[in-house]
Amino acid sequence: MALQDVCGFLETLDDISPCTYLPNEMGYMWRTPFEFDGDSAFHFLFPPQQCSRKNRAPTLFSSTFSSLSPHQQPFQLSHGTTTLGFIFQDGVIAAADTRASCKGLICCPISQKIMPIHSHLVVNTSGSGADCMLWERILTREMRLYQLRHRKRLSVNGAAKLLSMMLHPFKGTDVCVAATLCGWDGEETQETLQSCMEIADVKEAVEQDSNVSAISDESAQGSVKMASINEQDEISKDTQALNPTVSNQNTKNALSTFGERSGPRVCYVCSDGLQLKGEIISVGSGSPYAYAVLDDGWRWGMTVDEAVALAREAVFRATHWDAYSGNNVDLFHITAHGWRRRDREDLKEEYYREREREKKKIKEREKERQKREGDELVEGEGDIYSVHCG
Amino acid sequence: MEYLIGIQGPDFVLVAADNVAASSIIQMKHDYDKMFKLSEKILLLCVGEAGDTVQFAEYIQKNVQLYKMRNGYELSPAAAANFTRKNLADYLRSRTPYHVNLLLAGYDETDGPGLYYMDYLSALAKAPFAAHGYGAFLTLSILDRYYRPDLTREEAVDLLKKCLEELNKRFIMNLPSFTVRLIDKDGIHDMEKLPVAPGG
Repeated sequence: MALQDVCGFLETLDDISPCTYLPNEMGYMWRTPFEFDGDSAFHFLFPPQQCSRKNRAPTLFSSTFSSLSPHQQPFQLSHGTTTLGFIFQDGVIAAADTRASCKGLICCPISQKIMPIHSHLVVNTSGSGADCMLWERILTREMRLYQLRHRKRLSVNGAAKLLSMMLHPFKGTDVCVAATLCGWDGEETQETLQSCMEIADVKEAVEQDSNVSAISDESAQGSVKMASINEQDEISKDTQALNPTVSNQNTKNALSTFGERSGPRVCYVCSDGLQLKGEIISVGSGSPYAYAVLDDGWRWGMTVDEAVALAREAVFRATHWDAYSGNNVDLFHITAHGWRRRDREDLKEEYYREREREKKKIKEREKERQKREGDELVEGEGDIYSVHCG
Repeated sequence: MEYLIGIQGPDFVLVAADNVAASSIIQMKHDYDKMFKLSEKILLLCVGEAGDTVQFAEYIQKNVQLYKMRNGYELSPAAAANFTRKNLADYLRSRTPYHVNLLLAGYDETDGPGLYYMDYLSALAKAPFAAHGYGAFLTLSILDRYYRPDLTREEAVDLLKKCLEELNKRFIMNLPSFTVRLIDKDGIHDMEKLPVAPGG
């Protein structure tokens, strides 16, 4: 019996007997996670069970709560990760944590979940690590082929459709990929126009005073400014320095083309077929926490600094609450000029910095309160005096 | 969790669908359109399993358009409904059945307006009013009480609003907005999203 439990022998038998397809209103939305035998200590060392049911067998790098929880989960938020992508007036931000987990074990604390596909498209992946790597390569290949055949880049929506169609035959199998495609749609001919806009915006971003919200800290501004300055150097190396006044007018022209053929785009593709375009997409077990922060702070007219700070904050909060997200945060910023990568940052530092900030705030508030009480006392004495006299 | 409703009048069909695209407990999108335009006067409303809806609906959509390209005239709503049913039934006993619930609404020059109800087992029924989803349990009796075959457009919209009010009141899920469209002899008309924002 012990050997049976360790090998999970009985589980596979039980799996075959119920009906293969449960046409149930609730069923398709909330599948119960595969119940592993919680007692067997070594089950994670064995390869995942051969299982044909949808969303059932846990695969490496994806988390299911099943084996560690003593009771059934009301819902299954699989993909132990936090990834997010959102668009704003100056491009797309893609951010993700770097923890790859396998149930209770952190398999890799420094995995890379954001992969560039080409110069203007990155993909945030969550789900099964092997599947994600494979499908990223397949997508890269198909997009390159499209570019060679048709002499123009496939749009982000087109790439999402392509990936969705390629994943469709594997629906119902154990392939588990949830990808967020973040990119900039553009036409090659508009390169110069958009480079003007880029210069103007980068200059604005660098010159803009730190009127970002209190959530961003000095190091964030420092490294973002560093990145912007690096890009400014690149631009000044690449193209001739164009007049900012001229580029401002071009900015307005370029902005008017948003939403038509060029502009920032973010698309979500899932291996079970869901395909969505939107403005804010977050995927993974940490996504509810990230959504809460993003919904609160997102505006179309954000500056680059604000957007980066918002993305960092969202991933940070998600990693704080979610056990399956953590370690570092990766951040990519995609504009008409291409993608730009921010240095990987350890969120542990951010946690301690925030604790320090909070301590300081408490001290300041304490001081203010004492000051106020001191003032009140002074006034109060006067009143008492008058009552006595009167 | 998703909701579709259709009401047929003497010379129009009014259809509405919720706008939520959800993944587990998260609303990923608040303005998702669940209606697919098959032709100038036919709409297919499709809900069900995540990828199946778009795959199946787009497949039907492209095939209806292909028919028009090949033959020069469009499929009638009845023909389109039966075509859809046949495809769904064929896939039902295959290894990849599509789990989708559909409403097909259209206007035919000769037959007039038509509303067809189809469920995932490919049962097809032409009905004067129909609804899909958990919300249907709450709203079918309202439709029963107040529906008349000679509804005007305003009365149909009022009836729809009554149904949506009931959903807001008693349905456990929050469905904040609905896309509403009307099909008549002049084609498909987009109507104001319900519920109307307060202060309007």
